Amino acid sequence: MSAVYGLYEDGDAAQIAVDALRAGGVYDNEIVVISSEPMEDYEFGAIDHRSRLWYVASAGGVLGCAGAVWLTRFTEIAWPLSTGNMPIVAWWPNLIVVFELTMLGAILSTVAALVVTGGLARRVPPLYDPAISTGKILVGVDSPRDRAAVERAILSAGSPVVVR
Amino acid sequence: MSHPAHERLTVDLLRPLEQTSWRFYLLVAFLGSIVAMGLGTWLYQMYMGFGMTGINMPVYWAFYITNFVFWIGISHAGTLISAILRLVNAGWRRPVTRCAEVITAFALMIGAMFPIIHLGRPWLFFWLVPYPNQRLIWPNFRSPLVWDFFAISTYLTGSLLFLFLPMIPDFALIRDRATGFRRRAYGLLSLGWRGTTTQWHRLETAMQIMAIAIIPVAVSVHTIVSFDFSMAPVPMWHSTMFGPYFVAGAIFSGIAGLIIAMASLRKFLHLERYLHPVHFENLGKLLLMMSLLWGYFIFAERLTTWFGNDVGEMNVFYVTQRGSFSPLYWTMVVCNLVIPFTILALRWLRTIAGCVVASFSVCIGMWLERFLIVVPSLSHKYLPYSWGHYRPRPVEIMITVATFAAMTLLYTLFSKFVPIISIWELKAGDHPSSELYPAAMHEHSLGETRA
Repeated sequence: MSAVYGLYEDGDAAQIAVDALRAGGVYDNEIVVISSEPMEDYEFGAIDHRSRLWYVASAGGVLGCAGAVWLTRFTEIAWPLSTGNMPIVAWWPNLIVVFELTMLGAILSTVAALVVTGGLARRVPPLYDPAISTGKILVGVDSPRDRAAVERAILSAGSPVVVR
Repeated sequence: MSHPAHERLTVDLLRPLEQTSWRFYLLVAFLGSIVAMGLGTWLYQMYMGFGMTGINMPVYWAFYITNFVFWIGISHAGTLISAILRLVNAGWRRPVTRCAEVITAFALMIGAMFPIIHLGRPWLFFWLVPYPNQRLIWPNFRSPLVWDFFAISTYLTGSLLFLFLPMIPDFALIRDRATGFRRRAYGLLSLGWRGTTTQWHRLETAMQIMAIAIIPVAVSVHTIVSFDFSMAPVPMWHSTMFGPYFVAGAIFSGIAGLIIAMASLRKFLHLERYLHPVHFENLGKLLLMMSLLWGYFIFAERLTTWFGNDVGEMNVFYVTQRGSFSPLYWTMVVCNLVIPFTILALRWLRTIAGCVVASFSVCIGMWLERFLIVVPSLSHKYLPYSWGHYRPRPVEIMITVATFAAMTLLYTLFSKFVPIISIWELKAGDHPSSELYPAAMHEHSLGETRA
């Protein structure tokens, strides 16, 4: 399968290309836009902006909290040490460990979710062009259904068509 | 956008990675030799035993714990400041955040070494780690030292990730411009980053979540470090205000460390185009505020002790105010309050040079503050028959000096391999079509008009 794309000088041209692709019947989830900086000030920058990262972070926090409660309580019961007239399971100091592990759970799960949902650390070489690092913006489609329509759209926005 | 300003920005910020002068090798050799001497001294201490230090009954904590608290405090500069500025979307943060986050990572590593150095037998450090073991010994979760382990581990992990995530797009940029081994190395570090809209969204969301999570962790770390002292019934330690007092002091010394680091980078890496006087002025204002806050805390602490008139506490009070520790105490007050206030309150003195002088003064003052918290209280406990003295020995001084060299060395090496200013964030701050950008999302560019 091949990828078809164009390289554009600026966001305005990339926006025209994205609009032309949509007009040519390409769905948003098929359009690939790659840039060397976030393009939040353009409409296409909002493609696929919904994520569940906040939920994943919260779940990670809950998991860390539960693990910390188990660790502290289990440890204190398994090896009861009488310290400073405190109860064997002493919740006040345990809360410190619980807090730290809750936050650690949230942080680690956020990073894991970023790697997984952001498509990082994958072996398969994806659609990419090193010219992006010089400031070009790539707009294209990976394995297009209607290749001719995609090529027309890319050309109409002012970029030569690249096929890989 | 491939416009000339962005290309120049990329070239400027990648220049330290691509060109190496003889001064760099000289500096690395000089700092490396001091670090090597420090490591050698530590090995000597391990071989000869802890008697080589000045630590003795009743002063069991001294230089090493002072350094521990000091470096953990310095670490507050980076991640905490960066996270706050990210959350409030301050536009002037962009050239500052990475310089700051790096300080956190390295200062934490150095600070966390000191309890291990202080163990005397560092190879038994793993006894502190909570895991099922055949010794049937579990860490006591009621010990503040175990809280330290959890707090510092969490903060270090979070800070390293908070530093690493925004570096990924810059690693990809270097990967695309490099060849050979460098291309492979930066390719690995960039984790296959492409820069799709999905990846940018996920990265920015992740950074927001990390910023929200890391702020309470940063506050908790120095609060927990303060608990090492305030949980003990020792004169002038057992105080409820130690938590916020330590946090304020940590942010204070951290900002000072950040100003020194930024001024050095600006001078030696020729980053005048990106680190503007307004960045120093803004940080100088923060430093001034923290100086006043520090003055408020020290006054509240001293007044409460004096008014309470407890015999044990007053012994420590007087030995620091007018006894053998008074030269250090009044030097601390001058360094932390008089000098920074005088320089930073006057607008015409709040220049880059002025901010750097004030910051050096604060670093000296805050190290003395940590020392004056630890040693006078331990050497003047409640019962006069147990009073003692402490004099640092060459071993402790050498290891202390080596950690400052280690910090500078790590920072120097980092700036050689990673752009010290986030390239993509600077580019993103330069919106070419701001009329398309919703007004609610405009960045707060505090003071940037004076740049």
